[in-house]
Amino acid sequence: MKLMIVINVDKCLGCKSCEMACAVEHSSSQSLLQAIRESPAPRARVSVRQGTGYSVPLQCRQCENAPCVEICPTNALHRDDLESPVVVDHDLCIGCNWCVLACPFGVIRIDSAQGAVIKCDQCAQRVERGESPACVSACPTGALAFKTMDEILEEKREASLVLIQRGLSGGET
Amino acid sequence: MVKELEYADPASCEMLKRAAAENIETVWDRYETMQPQCGFGSLGICCRNCSMGPCRIDPFGEGPQAGVCGATADTIAARNLARMIAGGASAHSEHGRMVAHAFLMAVSDPHSAYEIKSPEKLKAVARIYGIETEGRQTNEIAKQLGEAALEDFGRRQGTVRMATTAPQARQDLWDQQGITPRSIDREIVDIMGRTHIGVDADYKNIMKQGLRVALGDGWGGSMIATELQDILFGSPEPIRSTANFGVLREDHVNIVVHGHEPILSDIIADVSQDTKLIEKAQEKGANGINIAGMCCTANEMLMRRGIPVVGSFLQQELAIMTGGVDLMVVDIQCIMPALRKVADRFHTKLVTTSPTAKIAGVTHIEFHEDQAVTIARRIIETAVENYTNREPARVQIPESTERLVAGFTSESVFRFLGGRYRGTYRPLNDAIIAGRLRGAAGVVGCSNPNVEYEEGHIKLVTELLRNDTLVVSTGCDAITCAKHGLMKPEAAFEYAGEGLQEICRAVGIPPVLHLGSCVDNSRILRTLANVVAEGGLGDDISDLPVAGAAPEWMSEKAVAIGSYFVASGVYTIIGHPLPIMGSENLHRYLTEEIEAEIGGKWAFELDPIEAAHKMLRHIDKKRKALKLKPMMYKQAFEPEE
Repeated sequence: MKLMIVINVDKCLGCKSCEMACAVEHSSSQSLLQAIRESPAPRARVSVRQGTGYSVPLQCRQCENAPCVEICPTNALHRDDLESPVVVDHDLCIGCNWCVLACPFGVIRIDSAQGAVIKCDQCAQRVERGESPACVSACPTGALAFKTMDEILEEKREASLVLIQRGLSGGET
Repeated sequence: MVKELEYADPASCEMLKRAAAENIETVWDRYETMQPQCGFGSLGICCRNCSMGPCRIDPFGEGPQAGVCGATADTIAARNLARMIAGGASAHSEHGRMVAHAFLMAVSDPHSAYEIKSPEKLKAVARIYGIETEGRQTNEIAKQLGEAALEDFGRRQGTVRMATTAPQARQDLWDQQGITPRSIDREIVDIMGRTHIGVDADYKNIMKQGLRVALGDGWGGSMIATELQDILFGSPEPIRSTANFGVLREDHVNIVVHGHEPILSDIIADVSQDTKLIEKAQEKGANGINIAGMCCTANEMLMRRGIPVVGSFLQQELAIMTGGVDLMVVDIQCIMPALRKVADRFHTKLVTTSPTAKIAGVTHIEFHEDQAVTIARRIIETAVENYTNREPARVQIPESTERLVAGFTSESVFRFLGGRYRGTYRPLNDAIIAGRLRGAAGVVGCSNPNVEYEEGHIKLVTELLRNDTLVVSTGCDAITCAKHGLMKPEAAFEYAGEGLQEICRAVGIPPVLHLGSCVDNSRILRTLANVVAEGGLGDDISDLPVAGAAPEWMSEKAVAIGSYFVASGVYTIIGHPLPIMGSENLHRYLTEEIEAEIGGKWAFELDPIEAAHKMLRHIDKKRKALKLKPMMYKQAFEPEE
């Protein structure tokens, strides 16, 4: 079942803990104290952006019909199946930036130190161990969650039931 | 949540199992739910000192490298650390000030419940302040000393008088570095002002002031607390006692005194002997009233009265879970607000007493020195009344206890060493010079759920003992060592190297000496000054083959203590690093460069055996510089040259 990183914008305080956890997860030491001294410095795949009156972490949406995969000339960007995240094979990536241009969300970028693009891989190793992606675990308010599409739909349906109920009791639908 | 302790004493393990079975939340649960903790905070690169912020520095170099005002990671980390030192120094110094006030009241008010218990020490301390002692009444000297000690907090001119007891070479170095403390309060106010937006941005300059604050604590506030407490409550002498939950008595009214001060608990101990109160307890079906201590209040009561110790910082909730604590009375510092929640699950009555330390919803019986006996009686009566609310079926007091000897001070242990009538450090210095002892180490500090409880303390201490290093201990490390049997004289035969064993056997001391509470780290400073004065081991504390450690540090007080040891010339190693790692420059300064300026430095090492080895390497370096004899016996750890 395909899992998604979902965001509850109301809960995001803009603390950037997700950014830091992501960089540490993608470092070679995987320890904060050592990661900050690594060269090249590890890079976060998520970035917290400021909207008007809100902040929100942005990362790859793992599109089903992913323009980045479509456009990649070397097949560096690929996925095992539709339920798996889109990942980058750094040996194949030539850093042409086509995917960066094609991505509608601006969540793929070039890491010059590696000469290749980097993007959210949904922490495949952590997920294999049964853990949530690092950004989700690091979020102190639960603004980030890791859920299946079915769970997300179920929650939406529950919420709409409440709306309908309110409408009935208020006499308006 | 089920947390199992892997290294702790059996009593704590048993209680934590109970917590899991009965779904009672503990510090370990809260620690787990707090994970992962904020990286910016851990690295010390988050600044909340003004409202252009909060600002954070990106430790990976991509995002902001300066706050809105332009403060870099170096400035921010240094300011944050300096404020931690100020917090710790304030805690100790407020303790010292309260003792000084109680001291003055004791000698001024004819109805006071307190009296001078150590006139001998009164004279010795009075001499530090240049007070004439010959042919004068005890109270007259004491009044003048109380006033003089209070002067040290807010002196307008000159420097902290108590700090003139440091070796001359050390004082000269402080003057040269501009870090001699002027007055205890002033240095703390200076830090708060200096770390305001737009004041000091030079991380080294900020740290210098941090050291100055810390010196005002170690050689000021804390030392005043220790010295005046010794005069007022008695100068400790070696004394036997027991530690751990087994000291709670199923057939007695159990009162646990918790926190850091002896001012109230000393009176509670006295008043609990009152036959009327004991009769009252008997009417309620108890066989008597049992007083036992927690944290540093325990250490204060243990050192002077041999009152048994219930446990250390992380055991405060577990103690209540025995179901056998009828009342826990707290004063200041290290009192978890969470106590209220666990006390609600049992019959235990929790009572706060300090106007500076209340917990919303908890009974507050405010303590005032001038009504000490009345208030102590009221607290004990509350405990006795509450005994009948005990639920016998829920009482589960683990049996385990451990024997210990405490009560060592910079005076008493060496009177022991040098003979009954003339205290001298000669035998100690000679043992180090001759290579019977490799050196000495102070192992102190807190307990912290961010490491396996007690493992670091015990592994580090025993590794030092194995290598003929005499260990002095205070605070929660002391309680941990006591619970694990390291403070029994016979512990030397199990844990100590051959040279240290010989010393322990000859003098009849345990290999780990209990020097008291966390303000009593000043006893370690005093001891170091006395070793220097005795001669043969250099002119300054930084020449001595000694090192300090706090493997499970957690409080701001620990940061202040570590800082005053570093500023006194001691190599000081802690487990988890200080929250400064986001600044490479500050890290390098505190762990390397500062040694050339001040003789001491910080080190961070989580592996307790490796930490012990780093201390031993430092001790060896100092032995070599002093051209001391090679070690008399083969050492377990011999570093490769």
